[in-house]
Amino acid sequence: MSKQKLVIVGNGMAPGRMLEYLFDKNPDAFEVTIFNAEPRVNYNRLMLSPVLSGEKTYEDIITHGDDWYGEHGVTLHKSARVSDIDRTAKTVTSENGVTASYDKLVIATGSDPFIIPLPGKDLDGVLTYRDLDDVERMLEAARRGGRAVVIGGGLLGLEAAAGLKMQGMDVTVLHLMPTLMERQLDPAAGFLLEEEFKRRGIDVRTKANSHEIVGDEAGRVKAIRLDDGSQIEASIVVMAVGIRPSAELARAVGLDVNRGVLVGDDMRTSDEDIFALGECVEHRSMCYGLVAPLYEMAGVIAENLLEGSAEYTGSATATKLKVTGVDLYSAGDFAEGEDREEIVLRDASAGVYKRLVLKDNVIVGAVLYGETSDGPWFFDLIKKKTDVSEMRETLIFGQAYQGGAPLDPTAAVAALPDDAEICGCNGICKGKIVSAISEKGLTNLDGVRAHTKASASCGTCTGLVEQLLQVTLGDSYNPAAVTPMCGCTHLGHDDVRRLIKSKELKTIPAVMQELEWTSSGGCAKCRPALNYYLVSDWPDEYADDYQSRFINERVHANIQKDGTYSVVPRMWGGMTSSKELRAIADVVDKFNIPAVKCTGGQRIDMLGIKKEDLPAVWADLGKAGFVSGQAYAKGLRTVKTCVGTDWCRFGTQDSTGLGIKIEKFMWGSWTPAKLKLAVSGCPRNCAEATCKDIGIICVDSGFEIHFAGAAGLDIKGTEVLGQVKTEEEALEHVVALAQMYREQGHYLERIYKWAKRIGYDEIRRQIMDDADMRTAYFNRFVHSQKFAQIDPWSERVSGKDKHEFNPMAVLSQEAAE
Amino acid sequence: MNAEIRNWIQIGSLEDIPRQGARCVKTGGMTVAVFRTAKDDVFALEDKCPHKKGPLSQGIVHDGCVTCPLHNWVISLETGTAQGADEGRTLAFPVRLEDSRIYIDLSHSHEAV
Repeated sequence: MSKQKLVIVGNGMAPGRMLEYLFDKNPDAFEVTIFNAEPRVNYNRLMLSPVLSGEKTYEDIITHGDDWYGEHGVTLHKSARVSDIDRTAKTVTSENGVTASYDKLVIATGSDPFIIPLPGKDLDGVLTYRDLDDVERMLEAARRGGRAVVIGGGLLGLEAAAGLKMQGMDVTVLHLMPTLMERQLDPAAGFLLEEEFKRRGIDVRTKANSHEIVGDEAGRVKAIRLDDGSQIEASIVVMAVGIRPSAELARAVGLDVNRGVLVGDDMRTSDEDIFALGECVEHRSMCYGLVAPLYEMAGVIAENLLEGSAEYTGSATATKLKVTGVDLYSAGDFAEGEDREEIVLRDASAGVYKRLVLKDNVIVGAVLYGETSDGPWFFDLIKKKTDVSEMRETLIFGQAYQGGAPLDPTAAVAALPDDAEICGCNGICKGKIVSAISEKGLTNLDGVRAHTKASASCGTCTGLVEQLLQVTLGDSYNPAAVTPMCGCTHLGHDDVRRLIKSKELKTIPAVMQELEWTSSGGCAKCRPALNYYLVSDWPDEYADDYQSRFINERVHANIQKDGTYSVVPRMWGGMTSSKELRAIADVVDKFNIPAVKCTGGQRIDMLGIKKEDLPAVWADLGKAGFVSGQAYAKGLRTVKTCVGTDWCRFGTQDSTGLGIKIEKFMWGSWTPAKLKLAVSGCPRNCAEATCKDIGIICVDSGFEIHFAGAAGLDIKGTEVLGQVKTEEEALEHVVALAQMYREQGHYLERIYKWAKRIGYDEIRRQIMDDADMRTAYFNRFVHSQKFAQIDPWSERVSGKDKHEFNPMAVLSQEAAE
Repeated sequence: MNAEIRNWIQIGSLEDIPRQGARCVKTGGMTVAVFRTAKDDVFALEDKCPHKKGPLSQGIVHDGCVTCPLHNWVISLETGTAQGADEGRTLAFPVRLEDSRIYIDLSHSHEAV
């Protein structure tokens, strides 16, 4: 039986989730095609505010990368806005002329920001806050500075205001109603919120009715005028007054549409084969703009696409304001009424306000400000319509105070029923998380996020998930599971690297002081690591501390078991000549070097050289044109090559030439651990590129780039990064990848371990798919090479670090007696 | 009357040794590693790790210890004893610092005392 065709119009969070449910239940039922009006993959819209405030980047909030679509056989048309649906022929056509036929269709066109019909609404600089393009426009405006006026004191408006403030703009919020977020908050909580925003330097004006947006001659926003005649200068105006379902397409093709696309409990529209999903939907007279209900709908549709009979019956909703440092939670309905009672707790000094609205001994609404950890518990009581008469007296104090003595928070979580919802964003209940922890053997937050998605969206339930880990794993759960760098600190490598950048720490003593090292001067584990991080992060400013380097890197040779050294000159791409070989032979004779050996990286190793002789050996090698092969470095070692098209009858490209180019470009760079490359001229792979840190396999059509191989303690074939057409592109991709590793790797962590930790897909996304990011990595590498490409041997031949190679004193026997 | 007879020999000055580094003094068949700590204390050990005779002078100096470059044993600069779980001791010699001039006494090792 051939697969049915499923077409989805829209690529937001709801259809993304629906596909996950669908593939989970039956990955082979449908051949899926998605039309996305945005030029992107699927990202987490909930997280736009942290992107705006600079706490996250677009990359952090991607939910499905390109690979995901590939893996699941989904055809994704980006920048393809659907303009027509032919319900008779069952086809969908986009503005850019792509047509696809369907057996089942899902309309998920989302919503549009509501634009207030003010004079001046079309001026340059009037923005909305809905998608990533809006965020980018706001960030761009923020870089120019000035004042942003945000119209709308609801959830989106306040998040936008806080974000723009964090980006350094002056911000005014205009809100029509007397208190902020009046749809979710009662006036008291709204007031507390207003005070908090004012305290952050954000100008909040309530009961403010905008009259006109004023522009300059160039058609740019200049100011906004209010009904009371006052005028506020503005370099941008952000309209965040609400959204409305985007139902035009459905209306145009004759589906039943009211405010949104009308659906029944089975989520079908008036056409049996067309479903509607998400913010464009109107169900039982409700339109939803929060993510949890949309995910519930997504589950119902997935079920019904597979001939199920699931029903959606509407959702209670809860809201959290995602502004760092403001704890605000509201759920349910809290309008006042004759038949309603309320319980209020105020603690002015702690800035806490809690209000519960009860009807017939059941909680119908909850507002929490300042202390929100009981939010999910109250929300659970609301959804389940639990009779609370037994615990009325202590209800407002939260779950921990129920049943006598106060419980610790972990016990409170342990007491939650299995179907209590933990992650509101993704609709994940306690039972699912606990069973994932025990069945998959998860030991940390990342594991839970990866397997259940709980805490993976807005992250506000992170505390609860951690407590669940604690409850499930008992003492074996270590929340601080980051392994410290060494005994001198409790911080792990990631934290140290992040803090070096964010606190601009540029010397080892500064790191130790600022990050509160517990030893006075570090140890042999942390000092080389810190030295590398500083060299890597501040190439032009940091003065390399040789005393914090392992001996091999300090003297630029490899120490042997008897205290002598070995010396390996660079042979670019493994090529050499009679002149070079003669020079090596002469050096071996002159200094009585006891052993000469070919290395695995196609070079020649001279072993057993006395330390005092090193500068003289290097001087002679230097005269023949040799530089250090850095065979001792946590840095670029070799680029192994085969003879390629120069000689080989199978060669497809000039692998030797490319290898030499790469080596000449990258030599001298320090990396977290050694970095060995190879270039093979054809898939026969004589240079063994598929077990290298980075490898290239030349093919007729270009260059296949590999990475993350290992052939040492571990044996591992490489992963494919991607394929490129030209040598220049190959070089750029390899260099960008190396720089990404340089910036993120833990000291002594080989590239295959780093890649496994970061995720192969993430690396492909940053290096293959994101040209801007790749260029930025490349440019940072080039910059750091300016300070790194100095041959250490010739430096020492000219007298640098002379003390290293001579004894301080030679005493005669008699003197010592 | 237990005053020890010292045989101080000047071997160089403080500036000859990099901070958190070491230099060697050759004497007959033995090499002595002379260390300078971050706080400018100076210590002298035979340049031989008690484990596999690794040259301690080539190790990283930290917190009154040196880590041997061969197998990462950590040796106390003051006493020459291996730290942590490792067992062993290398010869340690008395050092005297006078106006940044360094003297050592090779006739006494701590082990002998």
